[in-house]
Amino acid sequence: MSNKLLDNLTERAKLAVDKKAPFGEDIDLTKYVKASNEHDYVEDLEKLSKEEKERLFAVGVDTKAENRSGSFVQHDTKVSHRRSTQEGVEVMGTMEALEKYDWLQDYWWKAVAVDQDKYTAHVELHQNDGYFIRTLPGVKTVYPLQACLYLREESIAQNVHNIIIAEEGSELHIITGCTTGPHVKEGIHLGVSEFFIKKGAKVSFTMIHGWNENVAVRPRTGVFVEEDGVFLSNYILLRKAHSLQMYPNAYMVGKNSTARFNTIIAVPEGSHVDSGARTYLRAPGAKAEIISRTISTGGTVISRGHMIGEVPGVKAHMECNGLILTETGIVSAVPELEGRVADVEMSHEAAVGKIAKEEIEYLMARGLSEDEAKSTIIRGFLDVSIMGLPPHLEAAIKKTVETSQKGFM
Amino acid sequence: MLEIKDLKVEISGKEILHGVDLKINDAETHVLFGPNGAGKTTLLMAIMGFPEYKITGGKILFNGEDITDLPLHERARRGIGMSFQRPPTIKGVKTRQIIEISARNGISIDEVAKGLNLGHLLNRDVNDGFSGGEIKRSELSQLMAQQPSFVLLDEPESGVDLENISLLGSAINKLLQKDMKRQRVNSGLIITHTGYILDYVDADAGHLLIGGIVPCAGNPREMLHDIKENGYEVCAICPTSC
Repeated sequence: MSNKLLDNLTERAKLAVDKKAPFGEDIDLTKYVKASNEHDYVEDLEKLSKEEKERLFAVGVDTKAENRSGSFVQHDTKVSHRRSTQEGVEVMGTMEALEKYDWLQDYWWKAVAVDQDKYTAHVELHQNDGYFIRTLPGVKTVYPLQACLYLREESIAQNVHNIIIAEEGSELHIITGCTTGPHVKEGIHLGVSEFFIKKGAKVSFTMIHGWNENVAVRPRTGVFVEEDGVFLSNYILLRKAHSLQMYPNAYMVGKNSTARFNTIIAVPEGSHVDSGARTYLRAPGAKAEIISRTISTGGTVISRGHMIGEVPGVKAHMECNGLILTETGIVSAVPELEGRVADVEMSHEAAVGKIAKEEIEYLMARGLSEDEAKSTIIRGFLDVSIMGLPPHLEAAIKKTVETSQKGFM
Repeated sequence: MLEIKDLKVEISGKEILHGVDLKINDAETHVLFGPNGAGKTTLLMAIMGFPEYKITGGKILFNGEDITDLPLHERARRGIGMSFQRPPTIKGVKTRQIIEISARNGISIDEVAKGLNLGHLLNRDVNDGFSGGEIKRSELSQLMAQQPSFVLLDEPESGVDLENISLLGSAINKLLQKDMKRQRVNSGLIITHTGYILDYVDADAGHLLIGGIVPCAGNPREMLHDIKENGYEVCAICPTSC
């Protein structure tokens, strides 16, 4: 990267180190320690400890790497495994990618502003790698790629910067699992992800989070979608997250581009999750959809959505549905539509409350007990088939969700 | 099979049924006539056991057992099945799944769906965006899978086109074991406004429910004729049909 560019980014980041984010608890980043990084590169993920393999599996990362086009694992602040098994699919750490490709600086901090808030600034100033995934023009991944960002040491900050590029006409499916070691009590995960979906390319990005007690999480994501490009984001969080806040932005700059955000979140007591998606529809024929399903069993979840129609002939739709399953628990739906010209088609629906009595009784009339009826409805509410994934990926995600559901049902 | 004695039912503190008596024997199909708001659906919901339909007096006996205080799902498990007029949509729960939930041993879901021309709806969310006819077919497919010995049908013909009404008629006849003679056990109670269903399903008796009571019973076709000619009020006081 050119020194001038680097200096400029560093300067901007330094000016933003105290800039609070508009949403979410303000986290004191000075309390986290530096990772010792006393771990080696792992050639075979099967050689990880049984405990870690289980943690990875719970967030959709298969250490056998069967039916995967590649894998990337980062423990704490160091890349510990990266492999691509399909020609035309590149997987490596972002530091390595920056060394390899001069042109990568043209993408660096282009979809997310380095000075967006103190968390993006922190990532720039304390960069700890992250993944670089790229499909070459026309290449379609047969199986999904998997990436895992793992917090192993106590009280560290993981500051990753990911870049995902789908070149023209390519197709890329990614499963990302972010999780902590079972004994980690405190830590923070700061993850900047910048996506570039070129003309006619398609990317599905399924992110599954599984955190521990006092882990704070601040992902910062930006996506550019070019003409006829498709970006599909699926986010699943079914375990406790002490403090998680994210609000990815999708910029639909190409004609007939599509972005869809599906979110499935369950918050037990002690969780505070503030999650949303913002879509800028900037080209004719652009389509965006935000679908969120949230469940509270005592925690707080805020589900946001902001759709901005900037040119005529765009379509946007948002659905925020929330279930409160316990006496205490907060589900807040904040949908926002903003049409900046006439001739935009934008709509939303939101509903928050307990499970409808008539739905429970309907299933009871077919012979289910009240508890069985409720679990059937909750399972349906968390149905991943809304995500529009290829069948084998859907089956894998479904299995993960079913495993996680046992924890709160 | 089903015997109702002096049944009083209220909804939100208001009494709707003021003492209904009804007896339906094994292998019998009865129809229930009555004007809008008479309490017909209330009677069916109370028999099925919906908690909102509070039984304040009387008894419901099913195969000799007092089920008045049994919860909804226990009644379903004992063999009472109901087709709803306006069932709820359940997002994420597929039609195939609810048929599976209803199914008793040895039932092929695909065969049930095929028989009711429902194959294309199996992977859709339950009742989500279904037409009137599709809802009826979905309801009956659940009952076909459930195989209840006593069937409650709330206006099975409403919203169904002529082509599909015979399909529904055959399904109802199958549920009520109309193809069997000696071995037939199943019985049912059908609400009808128009009486069209009587062209497809043989009924053994008719009852008129009006003002929260059943003042009158008789031959269903004759009663339908009387109602069409003279209205519900006149039918209710007619001495010949009782």
